[in-house]
Amino acid sequence: MKAAPFAYHDPRNVEEVLHLLATLENPRLLAGGQSLMPMLNMRVAFPDHVIDLNRVEGLDGVTERDGALRIGAMTRQRDVEEHPLVRARLPVMAEALSFVGHWQTRNRGTVGGSLCNLDPSAELVAVAAALDAVLEVRGPAGARDLSIHAFPEGFMTPALAPEEMVTAIRFPFWPAGHGHCFTEFARRHGDYAIVSAAALLMVEGGRVTRASLTLGGVAAGPMRLREAEAALLGAVPSEEVLRGAAARCQEIEAMSDPQAPAWYRRRLATTLVRRALETALARAGGAA
Amino acid sequence: MSDSRRIALAVNGVQHEAETPVREHLADFLRGTLGLTGTHLGCEHGVCGACTVLVDGRAVRACLMLAVQADGCAVTTIEGLGTDEALHPLQAAFCAHHGLQCGFCTPGMLTTLAEFLQVHPDPTEEDVRVAISGNLCRCTGYDSIVAATMEAARAMRGAGA
Repeated sequence: MKAAPFAYHDPRNVEEVLHLLATLENPRLLAGGQSLMPMLNMRVAFPDHVIDLNRVEGLDGVTERDGALRIGAMTRQRDVEEHPLVRARLPVMAEALSFVGHWQTRNRGTVGGSLCNLDPSAELVAVAAALDAVLEVRGPAGARDLSIHAFPEGFMTPALAPEEMVTAIRFPFWPAGHGHCFTEFARRHGDYAIVSAAALLMVEGGRVTRASLTLGGVAAGPMRLREAEAALLGAVPSEEVLRGAAARCQEIEAMSDPQAPAWYRRRLATTLVRRALETALARAGGAA
Repeated sequence: MSDSRRIALAVNGVQHEAETPVREHLADFLRGTLGLTGTHLGCEHGVCGACTVLVDGRAVRACLMLAVQADGCAVTTIEGLGTDEALHPLQAAFCAHHGLQCGFCTPGMLTTLAEFLQVHPDPTEEDVRVAISGNLCRCTGYDSIVAATMEAARAMRGAGA
């Protein structure tokens, strides 16, 4: 197995990348390569030009600003997973990253690459939706912000113009004391999740004051369970209430594929959301 | 269209300069151009872990990285982990605990675990199992690999103390 021939470009700054994207025929951006390289090796992808982002300056790092962590698109998943700011502010992301591929692929794989690859099972995509992340996009027309909720345009297709790229992602973090949980079901650890679930809970005065519930792997894009979130607000988070919120997953529109039929995904989603809620509640500082 | 490039990189402490087709992945470069066939190639799409090498100290899949991307990097392959006279503690423990049968997955196991034990010198068995979850072995059943790793970790902690 060998990649089909391509021309290789390794620009040093974003302006050069944008110029190449706008002028080359059939280009493809190479981030961490943990999805694109297999596709090249198997000749599922055959770009004429590979634009390598690994030597582009200013695309990596984690910084805190205005209630959010800004993570450069080329920041390695392993660096994010171990970053003290991420562990403190975005514990749900650190937890989710432990499910992303393996040790060796996280050493190369990037946050921006995973988001733009937009695999329905990608843990980072679900986490981004759970946290209402905002993508910083650069293109010929300048910079724009794009909500993660408007990011998936279709199956593995982000809402980016061909000459645009994601340079960073802002993840608003929740207040200290919030409860979190990311969990998933896969055939083996590190496999693509059949279904994943992310839960974030704020409990104050014995009642739920904020809730975020997200499913991955059930549709082309991540699925926020807005009705279940609304049902939790103001409620005393008893076991019954959590079960009731999770039970709403029995009604969702889930996809079928050779791995699992829709009914199985709905059952998985129901169980995983319940477990995620229970764990998030147990971890919430204000739990009654 | 320039289809090949000259790259310079350090492999196992030795500086090399060579021409590589830009589409060639690092594992093929190590094996074909440098003759370092200790790096094994199984699936070539990132699933089996056999081709794992250390790039700037980090365990990565050499089939999922282009050789041109290693320009300027320091690479450690299985050939650089220990010597015949002085095995790496992991290699010694793999021998003692029957951590290999056919040996195909072994280079990837050892390079992965070499970095893992540096970062986690005192792992649990469960930690070790997760660490090698990206390395397929079809003969040992993993138990002997885990036992060998725990032994190597003990030996390395002892040596460092």
